[in-house]
Amino acid sequence: MMPVLGYWFGIAWLDAILRLAVIAGVMTVVVIFLTYAERKVIARVQQRLGPTRTGPAGLLQGVADALKLVLKEDLRPTTADRWVFELAPFMVFVPVFLTFVAVPFTRDLGVRFLSLGLFYIVAVSSLNIVGFIMAGWGSDNKYALLGGVRAAAQMISYEVPLVLTVLGVAMVASSLDIRVITERQDVVPYIVWQPLAFVVFIIAGLAEMNRTPFDIPVAESEVVGGPTVEYSGIRWSFFQLAEYSSLFVLSALGADLFLGGYIWPFGSNPPGWLQLILILVKTSFMILMIFWVRATFPRLRIDQLMSYCWKVLIPVTVAQLFFNGLVLVYRWPDILLLVFSGALLVGATAATAVAVRRAARRPRDAQAVRDRRLQYARGA
Amino acid sequence: MSVEQWVFYVLAAIAVGGAAVTVFARDIVRAALGLIVALLMTAGVFVLLSAEVIGLVQLLVYGGAVAILILFALMITRAREVTYRLDGPQKPLALLAGATLAAAIGVAVVGTVFPTNTDHINPVGFVEMSTALFQTYAVPFEVASLVLLVALVGAIIIARQEERQ
Repeated sequence: MMPVLGYWFGIAWLDAILRLAVIAGVMTVVVIFLTYAERKVIARVQQRLGPTRTGPAGLLQGVADALKLVLKEDLRPTTADRWVFELAPFMVFVPVFLTFVAVPFTRDLGVRFLSLGLFYIVAVSSLNIVGFIMAGWGSDNKYALLGGVRAAAQMISYEVPLVLTVLGVAMVASSLDIRVITERQDVVPYIVWQPLAFVVFIIAGLAEMNRTPFDIPVAESEVVGGPTVEYSGIRWSFFQLAEYSSLFVLSALGADLFLGGYIWPFGSNPPGWLQLILILVKTSFMILMIFWVRATFPRLRIDQLMSYCWKVLIPVTVAQLFFNGLVLVYRWPDILLLVFSGALLVGATAATAVAVRRAARRPRDAQAVRDRRLQYARGA
Repeated sequence: MSVEQWVFYVLAAIAVGGAAVTVFARDIVRAALGLIVALLMTAGVFVLLSAEVIGLVQLLVYGGAVAILILFALMITRAREVTYRLDGPQKPLALLAGATLAAAIGVAVVGTVFPTNTDHINPVGFVEMSTALFQTYAVPFEVASLVLLVALVGAIIIARQEERQ
């Protein structure tokens, strides 16, 4: 561990506490404005205006929502398992909070720069699965339990391709230090060498965050909000805080790993203010893309979700890892990284497209569609 | 006491508490959650000893493992319905096994001379550890993973046979 900025006040534990306090403050502000941004973006996609009333252009809407949530009553079902129920939101939130520690924003701006930063983020972020199960189990509600079990199955499955993609990038950079990985991209960002990894990173990241089109664990129409169904007020807002914080961390991480972070395209050492602008622009781009996906795609079914992970994402990411190994060990030209990864991306897309088209033509499903149309026609 | 000692004692106390919950909780889900507390604190001790890699592996492996354990507990056992004491005819045997293990660990702890006053620790870097795992001891490592694979396949085959009958 390198204390690049030195210990504040020269005391290690005071330094740690102060840094955590700073993260907590920054995260709250970021989340409040991310919820606003999401509502605005989705509203625009759907030809609406979104929040306009609270503050100039509705900017204070997030603040108002946060205040409302804090003031609402914190309810607990009488049959709930008290400790498990009350601690679950923290178990969901704290891992996300901890991943924030290892994300570098510019060369000097970050909470801590760890030499195993990437590994740390992967390891710590996997812990919040337990929080969702705790919420599902502790609520003593069958929808919450179903949602919790779905969340566990989904998050454990999609963790595998997510880890494999970041591993691909770490192989190309031959480092697990996120700053080193970013600074190796001063000429060509890794999205060029590993396009498949970038796409799978976003897909698996969406699934890890339980966001549309993978929001099966919290699907309103099926499990009425899943693990969070019994939560209200401040405890519910912890789930929200965790979701949007992980959205921000994942976007910043994606910007660092694939889009050249605070370096590309301005050479190996742009001035500090430019680094900050670069990382903010790239993070915003990632966030915008994720919002756009949410506004565009409908929700998947759970069997589709699982078979997509195990039959498409994991095989192609393993294959990419294998080809990366060949290229790096035998010192083949870098362009082959792009060729292999790109070919796998095209192959995976084609295979998915074929599978989707076949599924749509399957007679059983077609019959179901006809039946539903008939029902609508009859006004049922 | 130094800061490190304070951190160690806090981690150790929470770990022992978690372990106690694991053993004494009637509710199987709570027992699993107590287990994860103990395991997380152990990861903290690893980090305190500058063994960051092992600490992170501990988080990565046991975070997922405990989640799956709870899922199994929910799917296979009737977790919420069991409120009575789970005693069985195997109780004396279990007691014997537990006492033997405790005695073995006790003898090992008492018999070992621990180096006191260690001024420094030798952190093993990620690269050295990977070299040891994947080059020096590549064959034992592969054999260990093969054993796990065989166990997995065997478990599936046994489960399938029961399903067919």
